Amino acid sequence: MTSIKTATASESAPLIEMRDVVKRYGDFEALGGVSISVNSGQRVVVCGPSGSGKSTLIRCLNQLEKHDAGEIFIDGQRLSQLSASGLRKIRADVGMVFQQFNLFPHLTVLENLTLGPMRTRKLSEDAARKLALDHLEKVHIPEQANKYPRQLSGGQQQRVAIARSLCMEPKILLFDEPTSALDPEMIVEVLDVMVELASTGITMLVVTHEMGFANQVADTIVFMDGGKIVESNDPETFFSNPASERGRAFLKKILRH
Amino acid sequence: MSKRLSSIIGWGVFVGLVLIAWSFLRTLNWDDLAWYVVSPSTESGRQNLAFLMGGVKYTLLMSITAICISIVLGLIIALPGLSPSPNVRMINRVYVELVRAVPILVLIFWVYYGLPILHDDININVFWAGVIALALSDSAFEAEIFRAGIQSIDKGQLEAADSIGLGYFGRLRYVILPQAIRRILPPLGNQLVYMLKMSSLVSVIGMEELTRRANELVVSTYRPLEIYTVLVLEYLVLILIVSAGVRWLERKLQANESV
Repeated sequence: MTSIKTATASESAPLIEMRDVVKRYGDFEALGGVSISVNSGQRVVVCGPSGSGKSTLIRCLNQLEKHDAGEIFIDGQRLSQLSASGLRKIRADVGMVFQQFNLFPHLTVLENLTLGPMRTRKLSEDAARKLALDHLEKVHIPEQANKYPRQLSGGQQQRVAIARSLCMEPKILLFDEPTSALDPEMIVEVLDVMVELASTGITMLVVTHEMGFANQVADTIVFMDGGKIVESNDPETFFSNPASERGRAFLKKILRH
Repeated sequence: MSKRLSSIIGWGVFVGLVLIAWSFLRTLNWDDLAWYVVSPSTESGRQNLAFLMGGVKYTLLMSITAICISIVLGLIIALPGLSPSPNVRMINRVYVELVRAVPILVLIFWVYYGLPILHDDININVFWAGVIALALSDSAFEAEIFRAGIQSIDKGQLEAADSIGLGYFGRLRYVILPQAIRRILPPLGNQLVYMLKMSSLVSVIGMEELTRRANELVVSTYRPLEIYTVLVLEYLVLILIVSAGVRWLERKLQANESV
């Protein structure tokens, strides 16, 4: 009886839920009571001016930053109550792609990809290798498997980083300004991969300034300013007729050219 | 003009220095040297040389054992120094400050003569007293080298390791240490050389290593200059070998990274 109940509960419950989450750095309040709920398969783009708390928001989701107040639930589990090993399990389910790629420079591309599957998911070397090659194929650089990160272009490195996250077979993928450190001509190849990913039905939260991508891929746009969510809307409404004055001002600035 | 002038001054200084050196060397007692005590061409010389070099194995054995222990101990001491908690960091600070403040010679005396008084069952021989004292002293320095090396790793690396679910030790073993070791190697090599030299201090409690043997031979032959010169050369050769080894390792690690 109870097992059926929890099963239905977890199906209907949102995959990610934040309730009044507060994060402070000293006196500065990076998140001032943020609530958000994301269902499985949703693709959320978080945008807003710099310093608005977008990165902090998604970094709290895999606890790279510990929030100071409020509650975060991932898949029904309250993050603040997790043990260290519980947190590791959650992190394995929540992939993260960083602005600066953060590939491991001492490992080859293939080794970067197999490290998590072998050490966290305890896959055999062969299984991890197969998985890694599959995902390298998906990001269109299978031929780079035995190179070191520094031998690749920025765009290639970021695609390796995306593949590294995918190798954990996560339920949620977080992107923290994935194209902000790239030269303009490399942005497209990364965005293309992300668009393809979105079509696979994985839950994505993307912090980005790429409004074209947001328009094409997102089903929800979350607009933040001053550590708060100012507006949460579908892309059509947000881009054509933002509900908030600050949202309008932001779009005006960012879509100028 | 000024270029010519400075060149004349330069040569003048050079010639002056050569003259001073020459007049100094002329006053030395070259005739009193007696290299035969360590000459391979005489029977006694060969015996003396063999006796002197016989200490190499103890110097090496003691240094290598001490270095291995001190690297492990140093890493263990370095880790609490990287904790976000000030109380845990304090463990590292207290150990490092305390051990670093004790002169190695004093530590050798303390371990060899002092420790056995603590407990009737403690009976430390000269070799292990030397190893323990060297390892303890060195571990404090190595803890600082490790801490600096680990702290120099970019924070993004730790976050990436966290985000693929690695735990504390997985992160250390697969992400941090392999990167830190490349940066740690040069100061670590320095420390190895230093340790090898400091092992000469263990001669004072009777360890039959290089320095002790040289001292014993000096006492019986009254030939300090010749014998200590050989001793200097012995350390020089050992240390050049260690240096070459460390450099070889550095090159190997670098090649590994950038194939």
